[in-house]
Amino acid sequence: MAILVIAEHDHASLKAATRNTLAAAARLGGDIHLLVAGSNAAAAAQQGAACAGVAKVLLADAPQYAEQGAENVAALVLSLASGYSHILAPASTFGKNFMPRVAALLDVAQISDIVAVQSADTFVRPIYAGNALATVQSADPVKVITVRGTAFDPVADGGSAPVEAVAGAADSGQSKLLGRELTVSARPELGAAKVIVSGGRGLGSGDKYRELLEPLADKLGAALGASRAAVDAGFVPNDFQVGQTGKIVAPQLYLAIGISGAIQHLAGMKDSKVIVAINKDPDAPIFQVADYGLVADLNEAVPQLIAAL
Amino acid sequence: MKVLVPVKRVVDYNVKVRVKADETGVDLANVKMSMNPFDEIAVEEAVRLKEAGLATEVVVVSCGPAACQETLRTALAIGADRAILVDCGETELQPLAVAKLLKAVCAAEAPQLVVCGKQAIDDDANQVGQMLAALQGWPQATFASKLVLADGKAQVTREIDGGLETLEIGLPAVVTTDLRLNEPRYASLPNIMKAKKKPLDTTTPATLGVDVAPRLKTLKVSEPPRRQGGAKVADVADLVNKLKNEAKVI
Ligand SMILES: Cc1cc2nc3c(=O)[nH]c(=O)nc-3n(C[C@H](O)[C@H](O)[C@H](O)COP(=O)(O)OP(=O)(O)OC[C@H]3O[C@@H](n4cnc5c(N)ncnc54)[C@H](O)[C@@H]3O)c2cc1C
Ligand SMILES: Nc1ncnc2c1ncn2[C@@H]1O[C@H](COP(=O)(O)O)[C@@H](O)[C@H]1O
Repeated sequence: MAILVIAEHDHASLKAATRNTLAAAARLGGDIHLLVAGSNAAAAAQQGAACAGVAKVLLADAPQYAEQGAENVAALVLSLASGYSHILAPASTFGKNFMPRVAALLDVAQISDIVAVQSADTFVRPIYAGNALATVQSADPVKVITVRGTAFDPVADGGSAPVEAVAGAADSGQSKLLGRELTVSARPELGAAKVIVSGGRGLGSGDKYRELLEPLADKLGAALGASRAAVDAGFVPNDFQVGQTGKIVAPQLYLAIGISGAIQHLAGMKDSKVIVAINKDPDAPIFQVADYGLVADLNEAVPQLIAAL
Repeated sequence: MKVLVPVKRVVDYNVKVRVKADETGVDLANVKMSMNPFDEIAVEEAVRLKEAGLATEVVVVSCGPAACQETLRTALAIGADRAILVDCGETELQPLAVAKLLKAVCAAEAPQLVVCGKQAIDDDANQVGQMLAALQGWPQATFASKLVLADGKAQVTREIDGGLETLEIGLPAVVTTDLRLNEPRYASLPNIMKAKKKPLDTTTPATLGVDVAPRLKTLKVSEPPRRQGGAKVADVADLVNKLKNEAKVI
Protein backbone atom coordinates (compact mmCIF):
# COMPACT_ATOMS: atom_id res chain seq x y z
CA MET A 1 0.00 0.00 0.00
CA ALA A 2 1.07 3.58 -0.52
CA ILE A 3 2.26 6.11 2.03
CA LEU A 4 0.86 9.61 2.35
CA VAL A 5 3.13 12.43 3.52
CA ILE A 6 1.60 15.81 4.33
CA ALA A 7 3.85 18.65 3.16
CA GLU A 8 4.59 21.64 5.32
CA HIS A 9 5.05 24.69 3.11
CA ASP A 10 4.29 28.36 2.77
CA HIS A 11 2.59 27.89 -0.65
CA ALA A 12 5.68 29.21 -2.46
CA SER A 13 8.14 26.67 -1.12
CA LEU A 14 8.45 23.52 0.96
CA LYS A 15 9.61 23.80 4.56
CA ALA A 16 12.75 21.85 5.37
CA ALA A 17 10.82 19.55 7.74
CA THR A 18 8.93 18.09 4.76
CA ARG A 19 12.17 16.61 3.42
CA ASN A 20 13.00 15.01 6.78
CA THR A 21 9.51 13.51 6.89
CA LEU A 22 9.94 12.13 3.36
CA ALA A 23 13.18 10.51 4.56
CA ALA A 24 11.31 8.76 7.38
CA ALA A 25 8.63 7.64 4.90
CA ALA A 26 11.31 6.16 2.65
CA ARG A 27 12.26 3.74 5.45
CA LEU A 28 8.78 2.19 5.36
CA GLY A 29 8.80 0.75 1.84
CA GLY A 30 5.98 1.66 -0.52
CA ASP A 31 5.07 4.39 -3.00
CA ILE A 32 5.21 7.82 -1.40
CA HIS A 33 2.53 10.36 -2.25
CA LEU A 34 3.06 13.93 -1.08
CA LEU A 35 -0.03 16.00 -0.29
CA VAL A 36 0.32 19.74 -0.76
CA ALA A 37 -2.77 21.47 0.63
CA GLY A 38 -2.54 25.15 -0.07
CA SER A 39 -3.77 28.16 -1.92
CA ASN A 40 -1.87 29.07 -5.07
CA ALA A 41 0.60 26.44 -4.01
CA ALA A 42 1.72 25.16 -7.44
CA ALA A 43 5.29 26.29 -6.71
CA ALA A 44 5.45 24.25 -3.49
CA ALA A 45 3.95 21.28 -5.34
CA GLN A 46 6.67 21.55 -8.02
CA GLN A 47 9.35 21.45 -5.33
CA GLY A 48 7.67 18.39 -3.89
CA ALA A 49 7.64 16.72 -7.31
CA ALA A 50 11.40 17.22 -7.50
CA CYS A 51 12.11 15.51 -4.16
CA ALA A 52 13.83 12.14 -4.41
CA GLY A 53 11.52 9.23 -3.67
CA VAL A 54 8.20 10.99 -4.29
CA ALA A 55 6.02 8.95 -6.66
CA LYS A 56 3.18 11.43 -6.96
CA VAL A 57 2.22 14.86 -5.65
CA LEU A 58 -1.41 15.49 -4.74
CA LEU A 59 -2.20 19.18 -4.94
CA ALA A 60 -5.35 20.42 -3.20
CA ASP A 61 -5.40 24.04 -4.18
CA ALA A 62 -8.27 25.95 -2.58
CA PRO A 63 -8.77 29.12 -0.55
CA GLN A 64 -9.67 27.17 2.61
CA TYR A 65 -6.09 25.89 2.76
CA ALA A 66 -4.51 29.34 2.73
CA GLU A 67 -4.19 29.48 6.52
CA GLN A 68 -3.40 25.77 7.06
CA GLY A 69 -6.05 25.48 9.78
CA ALA A 70 -6.30 22.16 11.61
CA GLU A 71 -10.00 21.55 10.96
CA ASN A 72 -9.72 21.95 7.19
CA VAL A 73 -6.41 20.17 6.70
CA ALA A 74 -7.57 17.22 8.84
CA ALA A 75 -10.83 16.92 6.89
CA LEU A 76 -8.92 16.87 3.62
CA VAL A 77 -6.45 14.24 4.78
CA LEU A 78 -9.35 12.14 6.02
CA SER A 79 -11.07 12.35 2.63
CA LEU A 80 -7.91 10.98 0.99
CA ALA A 81 -6.92 8.47 3.66
CA SER A 82 -8.36 5.26 2.28
CA GLY A 83 -5.78 3.14 0.51
CA TYR A 84 -2.86 4.42 2.54
CA SER A 85 -1.02 2.26 5.07
CA HIS A 86 0.80 5.19 6.67
CA ILE A 87 0.13 8.92 7.00
CA LEU A 88 3.07 11.07 8.08
CA ALA A 89 3.64 14.73 8.86
CA PRO A 90 6.43 16.70 10.53
CA ALA A 91 6.24 16.96 14.34
CA SER A 92 6.22 20.74 14.00
CA THR A 93 3.48 23.03 15.31
CA PHE A 94 1.83 22.46 11.90
CA GLY A 95 1.82 18.66 12.11
CA LYS A 96 1.07 18.47 15.83
CA ASN A 97 -1.96 20.67 15.30
CA PHE A 98 -3.95 18.64 12.78
CA MET A 99 -2.59 15.06 12.85
CA PRO A 100 -4.26 13.96 16.11
CA ARG A 101 -7.58 15.01 14.54
CA VAL A 102 -6.87 12.69 11.62
CA ALA A 103 -5.96 9.82 13.95
CA ALA A 104 -9.05 10.30 16.14
CA LEU A 105 -11.41 10.39 13.16
CA LEU A 106 -9.79 7.24 11.74
CA ASP A 107 -10.09 5.72 15.22
CA VAL A 108 -6.40 4.88 15.36
CA ALA A 109 -3.53 5.83 17.66
CA GLN A 110 -1.12 8.55 16.67
CA ILE A 111 2.55 7.75 17.06
CA SER A 112 4.10 11.11 17.97
CA ASP A 113 7.56 12.41 17.22
CA ILE A 114 9.26 9.25 15.96
CA VAL A 115 13.07 9.19 15.83
CA ALA A 116 13.52 5.79 14.16
CA VAL A 117 11.62 3.34 11.96
CA GLN A 118 12.29 -0.27 12.93
CA SER A 119 9.77 -1.83 10.58
CA ALA A 120 6.52 -0.88 8.92
CA ASP A 121 4.68 -1.18 12.25
CA THR A 122 7.39 -0.53 14.86
CA PHE A 123 8.81 2.85 15.74
CA VAL A 124 11.03 4.50 18.35
CA ARG A 125 9.95 7.68 20.10
CA PRO A 126 11.32 9.69 23.02
CA ILE A 127 9.27 10.00 26.21
CA TYR A 128 9.89 11.86 29.49
CA ALA A 129 11.69 14.76 27.80
CA GLY A 130 13.96 12.36 25.96
CA ASN A 131 15.14 10.61 29.13
CA ALA A 132 13.79 7.34 27.75
CA LEU A 133 13.18 5.88 24.31
CA ALA A 134 10.04 3.79 23.79
CA THR A 135 9.84 1.21 21.02
CA VAL A 136 6.17 0.90 20.11
CA GLN A 137 4.29 -1.41 17.78
CA SER A 138 0.99 -0.48 16.20
CA ALA A 139 -1.70 -2.98 15.21
CA ASP A 140 -3.91 -0.28 13.70
CA PRO A 141 -4.78 -0.59 10.01
CA VAL A 142 -3.35 2.88 9.31
CA LYS A 143 -0.32 4.30 11.07
CA VAL A 144 -0.66 8.01 11.76
CA ILE A 145 2.81 9.32 12.54
CA THR A 146 4.54 12.61 13.27
CA VAL A 147 8.28 12.73 12.59
CA ARG A 148 11.06 14.43 14.52
CA GLY A 149 13.00 16.17 11.75
CA THR A 150 16.42 16.10 13.41
CA ALA A 151 16.38 12.29 13.44
CA PHE A 152 16.18 11.88 9.66
CA ASP A 153 18.53 13.41 7.08
CA PRO A 154 16.51 15.38 4.55
CA VAL A 155 15.90 13.86 1.09
CA ALA A 156 17.60 15.70 -1.74
CA ASP A 157 16.21 16.65 -5.12
CA GLY A 158 16.28 14.05 -7.86
CA GLY A 159 12.66 13.10 -8.48
CA SER A 160 10.29 14.16 -11.22
CA ALA A 161 6.90 13.05 -9.98
CA PRO A 162 3.62 13.98 -11.63
CA VAL A 163 1.42 16.54 -9.89
CA GLU A 164 -2.22 15.52 -9.71
CA ALA A 165 -4.93 17.95 -8.66
CA VAL A 166 -7.30 16.64 -5.99
CA ALA A 167 -10.56 18.18 -4.87
CA GLY A 168 -10.58 19.97 -1.55
CA ALA A 169 -12.94 19.04 1.25
CA ALA A 170 -15.71 21.48 2.14
CA ASP A 171 -14.59 24.53 4.13
CA SER A 172 -15.45 23.84 7.79
CA GLY A 173 -15.75 27.56 8.50
CA GLN A 174 -14.95 26.74 12.13
CA SER A 175 -11.93 28.93 12.53
CA LYS A 176 -10.90 32.36 11.32
CA LEU A 177 -7.36 33.71 11.23
CA LEU A 178 -7.27 37.23 12.66
CA GLY A 179 -3.57 37.82 12.26
CA ARG A 180 -0.04 36.52 12.39
CA GLU A 181 3.08 38.00 13.89
CA LEU A 182 5.88 36.08 12.30
CA THR A 183 9.49 36.64 13.27
CA VAL A 184 11.33 37.99 10.25
CA SER A 185 14.98 37.21 10.21
CA ALA A 186 17.74 36.94 7.69
CA ARG A 187 19.28 34.20 9.83
CA PRO A 188 18.89 30.48 9.10
CA GLU A 189 15.81 28.66 10.40
CA LEU A 190 16.43 27.18 13.89
CA GLY A 191 15.35 23.68 12.90
CA ALA A 192 17.69 23.54 9.91
CA ALA A 193 20.68 25.66 11.08
CA LYS A 194 24.22 24.22 11.14
CA VAL A 195 25.25 26.49 14.01
CA ILE A 196 23.04 27.81 16.81
CA VAL A 197 23.90 30.47 19.36
CA SER A 198 21.49 30.13 22.27
CA GLY A 199 21.11 32.39 25.28
CA GLY A 200 19.50 31.99 28.69
CA ARG A 201 18.55 33.94 31.76
CA GLY A 202 22.24 34.59 32.42
CA LEU A 203 22.16 37.24 29.68
CA GLY A 204 20.13 39.41 32.05
CA SER A 205 18.13 41.42 29.50
CA GLY A 206 16.93 41.50 25.92
CA ASP A 207 19.36 44.34 25.20
CA LYS A 208 22.30 42.31 26.47
CA TYR A 209 21.07 39.28 24.51
CA ARG A 210 21.10 41.30 21.28
CA GLU A 211 24.31 43.19 22.06
CA LEU A 212 26.31 40.03 22.78
CA LEU A 213 24.72 37.23 20.80
CA GLU A 214 23.77 38.90 17.49
CA PRO A 215 27.37 39.78 16.54
CA LEU A 216 28.45 36.27 17.57
CA ALA A 217 25.72 34.71 15.43
CA ASP A 218 26.74 37.00 12.55
CA LYS A 219 30.34 35.79 12.74
CA LEU A 220 29.25 32.14 12.78
CA GLY A 221 26.37 32.39 10.29
CA ALA A 222 24.26 30.98 13.09
CA ALA A 223 20.59 30.89 14.03
CA LEU A 224 19.62 32.34 17.41
CA GLY A 225 17.91 30.29 20.10
CA ALA A 226 17.01 30.64 23.75
CA SER A 227 15.96 28.88 26.92
CA ARG A 228 12.44 29.11 28.22
CA ALA A 229 13.60 31.48 30.97
CA ALA A 230 14.95 33.92 28.35
CA VAL A 231 11.68 33.77 26.42
CA ASP A 232 9.50 34.12 29.54
CA ALA A 233 11.56 37.15 30.60
CA GLY A 234 10.82 38.73 27.22
CA PHE A 235 14.42 38.83 25.92
CA VAL A 236 13.35 37.18 22.65
CA PRO A 237 10.16 35.94 20.90
CA ASN A 238 8.58 32.57 21.76
CA ASP A 239 9.73 30.88 18.57
CA PHE A 240 13.35 31.07 19.80
CA GLN A 241 12.67 28.50 22.54
CA VAL A 242 14.65 25.28 22.35
CA GLY A 243 13.55 22.32 24.44
CA GLN A 244 11.01 19.68 25.37
CA THR A 245 8.18 22.05 24.64
CA GLY A 246 9.94 24.32 22.17
CA LYS A 247 12.01 23.41 19.13
CA ILE A 248 14.11 20.30 18.86
CA VAL A 249 17.44 21.07 17.21
CA ALA A 250 20.57 19.10 16.32
CA PRO A 251 23.09 21.42 14.64
CA GLN A 252 26.78 20.76 14.04
CA LEU A 253 27.56 23.30 16.75
CA TYR A 254 25.36 24.52 19.61
CA LEU A 255 26.59 27.28 21.91
CA ALA A 256 24.68 27.53 25.20
CA ILE A 257 25.45 30.86 26.82
CA GLY A 258 24.12 31.65 30.29
CA ILE A 259 21.92 28.54 30.21
CA SER A 260 21.93 26.21 33.23
CA GLY A 261 20.93 23.03 31.36
CA ALA A 262 17.57 21.99 32.84
CA ILE A 263 16.31 18.61 31.57
CA GLN A 264 13.63 20.37 29.56
CA HIS A 265 16.27 22.42 27.74
CA LEU A 266 18.60 19.45 27.20
CA ALA A 267 15.69 17.56 25.64
CA GLY A 268 15.79 20.02 22.76
CA MET A 269 19.51 20.15 21.99
CA LYS A 270 21.40 17.16 23.35
CA ASP A 271 21.64 15.53 19.92
CA SER A 272 23.75 18.42 18.63
CA LYS A 273 27.09 17.24 17.25
CA VAL A 274 29.26 19.60 19.29
CA ILE A 275 28.03 21.48 22.35
CA VAL A 276 29.81 24.49 23.84
CA ALA A 277 28.70 25.94 27.18
CA ILE A 278 29.70 29.26 28.65
CA ASN A 279 28.54 29.63 32.24
CA LYS A 280 30.02 31.19 35.36
CA ASP A 281 28.77 28.35 37.57
CA PRO A 282 31.18 25.39 37.28
CA ASP A 283 28.45 23.07 38.61
CA ALA A 284 25.82 24.03 36.03
CA PRO A 285 24.34 20.80 34.59
CA ILE A 286 24.91 22.05 31.03
CA PHE A 287 28.62 21.20 31.50
CA GLN A 288 27.74 17.51 31.82
CA VAL A 289 26.65 17.42 28.17
CA ALA A 290 29.07 20.03 26.81
CA ASP A 291 32.05 18.91 24.73
CA TYR A 292 33.76 22.21 25.50
CA GLY A 293 32.83 23.96 28.73
CA LEU A 294 34.14 27.40 29.54
CA VAL A 295 33.63 28.56 33.12
CA ALA A 296 33.55 32.32 32.70
CA ASP A 297 31.47 35.44 32.96
CA LEU A 298 29.70 35.69 29.64
CA ASN A 299 30.03 39.48 29.64
CA GLU A 300 33.77 39.02 29.22
CA ALA A 301 33.95 35.74 27.35
CA VAL A 302 31.49 36.53 24.54
CA PRO A 303 33.20 39.76 23.36
CA GLN A 304 36.54 37.90 23.46
CA LEU A 305 35.05 35.09 21.41
CA ILE A 306 33.66 37.51 18.83
CA ALA A 307 37.07 39.16 18.55
CA ALA A 308 38.83 35.81 18.17
CA LEU A 309 36.64 34.52 15.33
CA MET B 1 -20.79 28.86 30.77
CA LYS B 2 -19.19 25.70 32.05
CA VAL B 3 -15.47 25.04 31.54
CA LEU B 4 -14.05 21.54 31.67
CA VAL B 5 -10.35 21.04 32.44
CA PRO B 6 -8.76 17.59 32.04
CA VAL B 7 -5.80 17.16 34.39
CA LYS B 8 -3.22 14.41 34.32
CA ARG B 9 -1.16 13.06 37.20
CA VAL B 10 2.42 12.76 36.01
CA VAL B 11 5.97 12.43 37.31
CA ASP B 12 7.00 15.82 38.71
CA TYR B 13 8.89 17.90 36.15
CA ASN B 14 11.96 18.13 38.40
CA VAL B 15 12.46 14.37 38.46
CA LYS B 16 14.94 12.85 36.07
CA VAL B 17 13.38 9.46 35.45
CA ARG B 18 15.39 6.28 35.18
CA VAL B 19 14.76 3.42 32.82
CA LYS B 20 14.22 0.05 34.51
CA ALA B 21 17.01 -2.48 34.05
CA ASP B 22 14.64 -4.94 32.35
CA GLU B 23 13.60 -2.22 29.83
CA THR B 24 9.88 -2.63 30.55
CA GLY B 25 9.38 1.02 31.46
CA VAL B 26 10.65 3.80 33.71
CA ASP B 27 11.02 3.37 37.44
CA LEU B 28 8.09 5.10 39.13
CA ALA B 29 8.54 3.62 42.60
CA ASN B 30 8.78 6.39 45.24
CA VAL B 31 8.92 9.10 42.58
CA LYS B 32 7.22 12.44 43.25
CA MET B 33 4.01 12.84 41.24
CA SER B 34 2.37 16.18 40.41
CA MET B 35 -0.22 17.74 38.16
CA ASN B 36 1.05 18.04 34.58
CA PRO B 37 2.44 21.64 34.45
CA PHE B 38 0.40 22.53 31.35
CA ASP B 39 -2.76 21.40 33.14
CA GLU B 40 -2.01 23.67 36.10
CA ILE B 41 -1.91 26.50 33.57
CA ALA B 42 -5.24 25.26 32.18
CA VAL B 43 -6.88 25.18 35.62
CA GLU B 44 -5.54 28.66 36.38
CA GLU B 45 -6.95 30.01 33.11
CA ALA B 46 -10.36 28.49 33.76
CA VAL B 47 -10.45 29.87 37.30
CA ARG B 48 -9.53 33.32 35.97
CA LEU B 49 -12.43 33.08 33.50
CA LYS B 50 -14.72 32.37 36.42
CA GLU B 51 -13.27 35.21 38.48
CA ALA B 52 -13.82 37.52 35.52
CA GLY B 53 -17.49 36.49 35.41
CA LEU B 54 -17.09 34.77 32.04
CA ALA B 55 -17.48 31.22 33.31
CA THR B 56 -20.04 29.95 35.77
CA GLU B 57 -18.45 26.67 36.79
CA VAL B 58 -15.05 24.99 36.45
CA VAL B 59 -15.12 21.19 36.43
CA VAL B 60 -11.85 19.22 36.49
CA VAL B 61 -11.53 15.63 35.34
CA SER B 62 -8.73 13.12 35.61
CA CYS B 63 -8.49 9.63 34.13
CA GLY B 64 -6.26 7.13 35.86
CA PRO B 65 -5.81 5.33 39.17
CA ALA B 66 -7.46 6.40 42.44
CA ALA B 67 -4.32 8.42 43.29
CA CYS B 68 -5.49 11.01 40.73
CA GLN B 69 -7.81 12.25 43.48
CA GLU B 70 -4.80 14.06 44.88
CA THR B 71 -4.29 15.86 41.56
CA LEU B 72 -7.97 16.73 41.44
CA ARG B 73 -7.81 18.16 45.00
CA THR B 74 -4.88 20.34 43.89
CA ALA B 75 -7.04 21.66 41.05
CA LEU B 76 -9.92 22.29 43.46
CA ALA B 77 -7.52 24.20 45.73
CA ILE B 78 -6.53 26.46 42.81
CA GLY B 79 -10.23 27.27 42.48
CA ALA B 80 -12.08 24.64 40.43
CA ASP B 81 -15.60 23.94 41.70
CA ARG B 82 -16.05 20.26 41.20
CA ALA B 83 -14.05 17.18 40.20
CA ILE B 84 -14.62 13.92 38.36
CA LEU B 85 -12.34 10.92 38.63
CA VAL B 86 -12.59 8.40 35.83
CA ASP B 87 -11.17 5.50 37.77
CA CYS B 88 -9.26 3.29 35.36
CA GLY B 89 -7.27 1.42 37.96
CA GLU B 90 -3.82 0.53 36.71
CA THR B 91 -4.94 0.12 33.06
CA GLU B 92 -2.52 1.83 30.67
CA LEU B 93 -4.27 4.81 29.06
CA GLN B 94 -3.26 6.10 25.65
CA PRO B 95 -4.31 9.50 24.27
CA LEU B 96 -7.12 8.14 22.04
CA ALA B 97 -8.67 6.37 25.03
CA VAL B 98 -8.43 9.52 27.16
CA ALA B 99 -10.04 11.55 24.38
CA LYS B 100 -12.93 9.06 24.22
CA LEU B 101 -13.40 9.17 27.98
CA LEU B 102 -13.44 12.96 27.84
CA LYS B 103 -15.98 12.83 25.03
CA ALA B 104 -18.23 10.77 27.28
CA VAL B 105 -17.74 13.26 30.11
CA CYS B 106 -18.58 16.11 27.71
CA ALA B 107 -21.81 14.33 26.78
CA ALA B 108 -22.85 14.38 30.44
CA GLU B 109 -21.50 17.80 31.39
CA ALA B 110 -22.06 19.81 28.19
CA PRO B 111 -19.20 22.29 28.69
CA GLN B 112 -18.86 25.23 26.32
CA LEU B 113 -15.11 25.21 26.59
CA VAL B 114 -12.53 22.51 27.31
CA VAL B 115 -9.09 23.75 28.31
CA CYS B 116 -6.40 21.01 28.13
CA GLY B 117 -2.67 21.12 28.51
CA LYS B 118 -0.85 21.04 25.18
CA GLN B 119 1.17 18.01 26.20
CA ALA B 120 1.64 15.62 29.07
CA ILE B 121 5.28 15.69 30.15
CA ASP B 122 5.42 11.91 30.61
CA ASP B 123 4.24 10.56 27.24
CA ASP B 124 5.02 13.85 25.42
CA ALA B 125 2.17 12.91 23.06
CA ASN B 126 0.54 16.27 22.39
CA GLN B 127 -2.68 14.65 21.15
CA VAL B 128 -5.60 14.55 23.57
CA GLY B 129 -7.00 18.06 23.05
CA GLN B 130 -6.93 17.81 19.27
CA MET B 131 -8.43 14.29 19.37
CA LEU B 132 -11.24 15.40 21.65
CA ALA B 133 -12.00 18.38 19.40
CA ALA B 134 -12.16 16.06 16.39
CA LEU B 135 -14.41 13.50 18.11
CA GLN B 136 -16.75 16.32 19.15
CA GLY B 137 -16.62 17.98 15.72
CA TRP B 138 -15.48 21.17 17.48
CA PRO B 139 -12.94 23.78 16.47
CA GLN B 140 -9.65 23.90 18.35
CA ALA B 141 -6.92 26.35 19.22
CA THR B 142 -3.74 24.65 20.38
CA PHE B 143 -0.63 26.08 22.09
CA ALA B 144 -2.47 29.12 23.46
CA SER B 145 -0.55 32.01 24.96
CA LYS B 146 -3.61 34.29 25.22
CA LEU B 147 -7.33 33.60 25.48
CA VAL B 148 -10.08 36.20 25.19
CA LEU B 149 -13.77 35.26 25.37
CA ALA B 150 -16.35 37.62 23.91
CA ASP B 151 -19.72 37.31 22.16
CA GLY B 152 -19.80 33.54 22.41
CA LYS B 153 -16.47 33.26 20.64
CA ALA B 154 -12.89 32.72 21.66
CA GLN B 155 -9.95 34.71 20.35
CA VAL B 156 -6.84 32.69 20.92
CA THR B 157 -3.23 33.67 20.31
CA ARG B 158 -1.18 30.59 19.49
CA GLU B 159 2.56 29.93 19.70
CA ILE B 160 3.62 28.52 16.33
CA ASP B 161 7.05 27.71 14.91
CA GLY B 162 7.34 31.01 13.07
CA GLY B 163 5.98 33.26 15.84
CA LEU B 164 2.39 33.90 16.87
CA GLU B 165 -1.04 33.72 15.26
CA THR B 166 -4.46 34.73 16.50
CA LEU B 167 -7.57 32.71 15.67
CA GLU B 168 -11.22 33.31 16.28
CA ILE B 169 -13.23 30.17 16.93
CA GLY B 170 -16.84 29.58 17.84
CA LEU B 171 -17.85 27.76 21.03
CA PRO B 172 -17.96 25.00 22.11
CA ALA B 173 -14.28 24.45 21.45
CA VAL B 174 -11.07 22.96 22.80
CA VAL B 175 -8.13 25.17 23.72
CA THR B 176 -4.75 23.73 24.71
CA THR B 177 -2.35 25.72 26.86
CA ASP B 178 1.24 26.76 26.24
CA LEU B 179 3.68 27.87 28.94
CA ARG B 180 3.15 31.59 28.59
CA LEU B 181 -0.66 31.66 28.93
CA ASN B 182 -0.41 32.53 32.62
CA GLU B 183 1.50 31.84 35.79
CA PRO B 184 -0.50 29.51 38.02
CA ARG B 185 -1.06 30.72 41.57
CA TYR B 186 0.00 28.84 44.67
CA ALA B 187 -3.02 27.44 46.47
CA SER B 188 -3.44 29.10 49.86
CA LEU B 189 -3.85 27.00 52.98
CA PRO B 190 -7.51 28.01 53.47
CA ASN B 191 -8.20 27.07 49.85
CA ILE B 192 -6.48 23.72 50.30
CA MET B 193 -8.75 23.11 53.31
CA LYS B 194 -11.84 24.22 51.38
CA ALA B 195 -10.89 21.94 48.48
CA LYS B 196 -11.27 18.92 50.73
CA LYS B 197 -14.99 19.61 50.99
CA LYS B 198 -15.66 20.24 47.32
CA PRO B 199 -17.53 17.49 45.45
CA LEU B 200 -15.48 14.76 43.79
CA ASP B 201 -17.46 12.15 41.86
CA THR B 202 -16.08 8.89 40.59
CA THR B 203 -17.03 7.03 37.44
CA THR B 204 -15.40 4.28 35.36
CA PRO B 205 -14.75 3.59 31.67
CA ALA B 206 -17.37 0.82 31.82
CA THR B 207 -20.03 3.19 33.17
CA LEU B 208 -19.12 5.67 30.45
CA GLY B 209 -19.23 2.86 27.86
CA VAL B 210 -15.70 3.47 26.59
CA ASP B 211 -13.23 0.82 25.45
CA VAL B 212 -9.84 2.00 26.70
CA ALA B 213 -7.75 -0.90 25.43
CA PRO B 214 -4.32 0.37 24.30
CA ARG B 215 -3.67 0.52 20.56
CA LEU B 216 0.09 0.70 20.76
CA LYS B 217 2.15 -2.02 22.34
CA THR B 218 5.33 -0.90 24.05
CA LEU B 219 7.96 -3.46 23.15
CA LYS B 220 10.68 -1.87 25.24
CA VAL B 221 11.77 1.30 26.96
CA SER B 222 15.48 1.95 26.75
CA GLU B 223 18.04 4.46 27.87
CA PRO B 224 19.00 7.01 25.22
CA PRO B 225 22.66 7.05 24.16
CA ARG B 226 24.70 8.98 26.73
CA ARG B 227 26.76 11.95 25.71
CA GLN B 228 30.41 12.03 26.60
CA GLY B 229 30.49 15.58 27.93
CA GLY B 230 32.21 17.26 30.78
CA ALA B 231 35.47 18.50 29.21
CA LYS B 232 36.50 22.04 30.09
CA VAL B 233 38.61 24.55 28.17
CA ALA B 234 41.00 27.00 29.83
CA ASP B 235 39.97 30.19 28.09
CA VAL B 236 38.48 31.65 24.92
CA ALA B 237 41.68 31.12 22.90
CA ASP B 238 41.70 27.44 23.88
CA LEU B 239 38.01 27.15 22.93
CA VAL B 240 38.52 28.69 19.50
CA ASN B 241 41.56 26.52 18.88
CA LYS B 242 39.67 23.34 19.77
CA LEU B 243 36.61 24.25 17.71
CA LYS B 244 38.87 24.90 14.70
CA ASN B 245 41.43 22.12 14.98
CA GLU B 246 39.87 19.36 17.06
CA ALA B 247 36.12 19.48 16.40
CA LYS B 248 36.58 21.23 13.04
CA VAL B 249 33.17 22.87 13.26
CA ILE B 250 34.21 26.47 12.57
C1 LIG C 1 6.54 21.90 31.59
C2 LIG C 1 7.85 22.59 31.42
C3 LIG C 1 8.37 22.71 30.15
C4 LIG C 1 9.57 23.36 29.95
N1 LIG C 1 10.06 23.44 28.68
C5 LIG C 1 11.24 24.07 28.48
C6 LIG C 1 11.80 24.17 27.16
O1 LIG C 1 11.22 23.70 26.17
N2 LIG C 1 12.99 24.80 27.02
C7 LIG C 1 13.68 25.34 28.09
O2 LIG C 1 14.76 25.91 27.88
N3 LIG C 1 13.17 25.26 29.32
C8 LIG C 1 11.96 24.66 29.54
N4 LIG C 1 11.45 24.62 30.80
C9 LIG C 1 12.13 25.41 31.88
C10 LIG C 1 13.33 24.74 32.49
O3 LIG C 1 12.90 23.88 33.53
C11 LIG C 1 14.29 25.82 33.09
O4 LIG C 1 13.58 26.61 34.01
C12 LIG C 1 14.90 26.75 32.03
O5 LIG C 1 15.44 26.00 30.97
C13 LIG C 1 15.97 27.61 32.67
O6 LIG C 1 16.46 28.54 31.74
P1 LIG C 1 17.93 29.15 31.93
O7 LIG C 1 18.92 28.06 31.89
O8 LIG C 1 18.10 30.26 30.94
O9 LIG C 1 17.85 29.86 33.37
P2 LIG C 1 18.54 29.48 34.73
O10 LIG C 1 18.28 28.09 35.11
O11 LIG C 1 18.19 30.56 35.66
O12 LIG C 1 20.10 29.55 34.38
C14 LIG C 1 20.78 30.72 34.11
C15 LIG C 1 22.27 30.34 34.04
O13 LIG C 1 23.04 31.49 33.68
C16 LIG C 1 24.25 31.47 34.40
N5 LIG C 1 24.74 32.84 34.49
C17 LIG C 1 24.17 33.90 35.13
N6 LIG C 1 24.90 35.01 34.95
C18 LIG C 1 25.96 34.65 34.19
C19 LIG C 1 27.09 35.36 33.67
N7 LIG C 1 27.26 36.68 33.91
N8 LIG C 1 27.98 34.68 32.95
C20 LIG C 1 27.84 33.34 32.71
N9 LIG C 1 26.79 32.63 33.17
C21 LIG C 1 25.87 33.28 33.90
C22 LIG C 1 23.89 30.88 35.75
O14 LIG C 1 25.04 30.31 36.36
C23 LIG C 1 22.84 29.84 35.36
O15 LIG C 1 23.42 28.56 35.16
C24 LIG C 1 10.26 23.95 31.03
C25 LIG C 1 9.74 23.82 32.31
C26 LIG C 1 8.55 23.15 32.52
C27 LIG C 1 8.01 23.04 33.89
N1 LIG D 1 -5.21 10.63 31.94
C1 LIG D 1 -5.61 11.89 31.71
N2 LIG D 1 -6.59 12.44 32.47
C2 LIG D 1 -7.00 13.70 32.24
N3 LIG D 1 -6.50 14.48 31.29
C3 LIG D 1 -5.53 14.00 30.50
C4 LIG D 1 -5.04 12.67 30.66
N4 LIG D 1 -4.09 12.46 29.73
C5 LIG D 1 -3.98 13.61 29.02
N5 LIG D 1 -4.85 14.54 29.48
C6 LIG D 1 -5.04 15.92 28.99
O1 LIG D 1 -4.55 16.01 27.67
C7 LIG D 1 -3.42 16.89 27.60
C8 LIG D 1 -2.44 16.41 26.56
O2 LIG D 1 -1.95 15.12 26.87
P1 LIG D 1 -1.15 14.22 25.83
O3 LIG D 1 -1.89 14.24 24.56
O4 LIG D 1 -1.09 12.87 26.47
O5 LIG D 1 0.23 14.84 25.70
C9 LIG D 1 -2.92 16.97 29.04
O6 LIG D 1 -2.22 18.16 29.26
C10 LIG D 1 -4.23 16.90 29.81
O7 LIG D 1 -4.91 18.15 29.80
